Amino acid sequence: MDWLNHYVSGLTAGQQFALFSLLKVLIAIFVVVLPIVAYTVVAERRISAWIQDRVGPNRVGIPFTNIRLWGLGQPLADGVKFLLKEDFTPAYARTVYFWIAPMVAMVPALLTLAVIPFGSQLGAQKVVIADLNVGILYTFGIVSLSVYGIVLAGYASNSKYPFLGSIRASAQMISYEIAMGLSVIPVFMLVGDLNLGKVIAYQSSGAWLVFKQPLAFAIFLVAAFAETNRLPFDMPESESELVGGYHTEYSSMKFALFFLGEYAAMVAASAMMVVLFFGGWTLPVAGLDQPAASLGMGLLQVGIFLGKLILLMGVFIWVRWMLPRFRYDQLMKLGWKRMVPLALANIVVTATVLFWQSIKS
Amino acid sequence: MHETLFYIFAALTLLCGLLVVFNPFSRNPVTSAMFLVLTMISISGLFVLLQAYFLAAVQILVYAGAVMVLFLFVIMLLDLRESEQRRLKTFSTVLGLAAVGGLAAVMIGTVKHAQAGAATAIGETRALGKLLFTQHLFPFEIISVLLLVAMVGVILLSKREVE
Repeated sequence: MDWLNHYVSGLTAGQQFALFSLLKVLIAIFVVVLPIVAYTVVAERRISAWIQDRVGPNRVGIPFTNIRLWGLGQPLADGVKFLLKEDFTPAYARTVYFWIAPMVAMVPALLTLAVIPFGSQLGAQKVVIADLNVGILYTFGIVSLSVYGIVLAGYASNSKYPFLGSIRASAQMISYEIAMGLSVIPVFMLVGDLNLGKVIAYQSSGAWLVFKQPLAFAIFLVAAFAETNRLPFDMPESESELVGGYHTEYSSMKFALFFLGEYAAMVAASAMMVVLFFGGWTLPVAGLDQPAASLGMGLLQVGIFLGKLILLMGVFIWVRWMLPRFRYDQLMKLGWKRMVPLALANIVVTATVLFWQSIKS
Repeated sequence: MHETLFYIFAALTLLCGLLVVFNPFSRNPVTSAMFLVLTMISISGLFVLLQAYFLAAVQILVYAGAVMVLFLFVIMLLDLRESEQRRLKTFSTVLGLAAVGGLAAVMIGTVKHAQAGAATAIGETRALGKLLFTQHLFPFEIISVLLLVAMVGVILLSKREVE
């Protein structure tokens, strides 16, 4: 460790920044998000089995042994299967877009994580990759790009069902993006800053925003389901009408990228909700609501954040297997005639209350 | 570093912008639209280099994320074969050049009279909002009304057959 300390302190400030940013990116993606994604898939299958009174995947454990570990080796088996399956490109597909679409679907979900504060501090480093002043706008910008993966997939496949799926997806995502964007405005009116770290600081000094802005949270949650194409709003892939939706023509690892992209988007949406409404890495217990002084406390706060995140992922899975799918017109009606007006009303009410308070004081 | 990035983003902006209107490999409108998306993203990179983070984020959010998706939507629903074979017409060329000329005149006029703004890294969004609602309130409201008129027009046109 001594030579490491020596090496790091020998670098210039810019080089240190680059080194630590690279480390944070690698850790955030390969140690935090991708394992969570892999095990969410297992959790989804086990919970759905439990809800439907089945057994679910409980066989795969440590390879080449008889140890089963309640099926926790399942991601390994899934990964090997996806890699070894035939990668088939239909003759009538538009090849370039057919290759680009899965990548475009995967990347935005991972980019969103750059501004999420997973914890307060580890040593001298902040546990956030990029501490942007316009954090929330960055997130919405990147999320709005994720629709391209689906649209291009439908266009590239050059066949009916994927095309219909992608058309539905783009209409759905654009509609709910508006409701989602409007729903968080009251949050930032209360906080007075767009930086996500400031949002957490605001919540640690008072009540969590889920209690102050329950309506905003409700709208955000519903919009998050629509944005990640999860049941009850999984119009773009509704199997009973569209075979498989926008990824009907995809196979093997390209299909897996869409699949992983959906779960990574779920992680990103849950992380946003934890930061905006559930106090981020804080708990209202002594000491845990302040930036960590020691390494152990820092790790504990990261653990708290991940714990909240996993609880919200559980809600995503639970809702998927409890509710039936909406019809497309019902979905649009809910988005435009209920969610958008409610979000606007919430903004006006919050603004009025804040104005009233500023007059009184 | 800063300068290198500027040249990379500037070159990307110009190259992608050129490929939108003049692509030697394909006359597919969807390809043009996708290059326009790349142009928007490169421009937002230039905004980041100017430390205008708010503008950069809004550029991606509004243009790359919403406007271009709607463009794609329309292109995909139109009949592609006809527009793929369309050749340049004199009238549209003249009109296009006139639009470029007008825009260039406005841009050059603005740049000539512009003074370097005070760089405020902290509270940049707040500063922008204050300016919009005080000094530039009138143009801001005019643009809002213009958008509203366009929206009403679209609703009127698309609802025409329903009596």
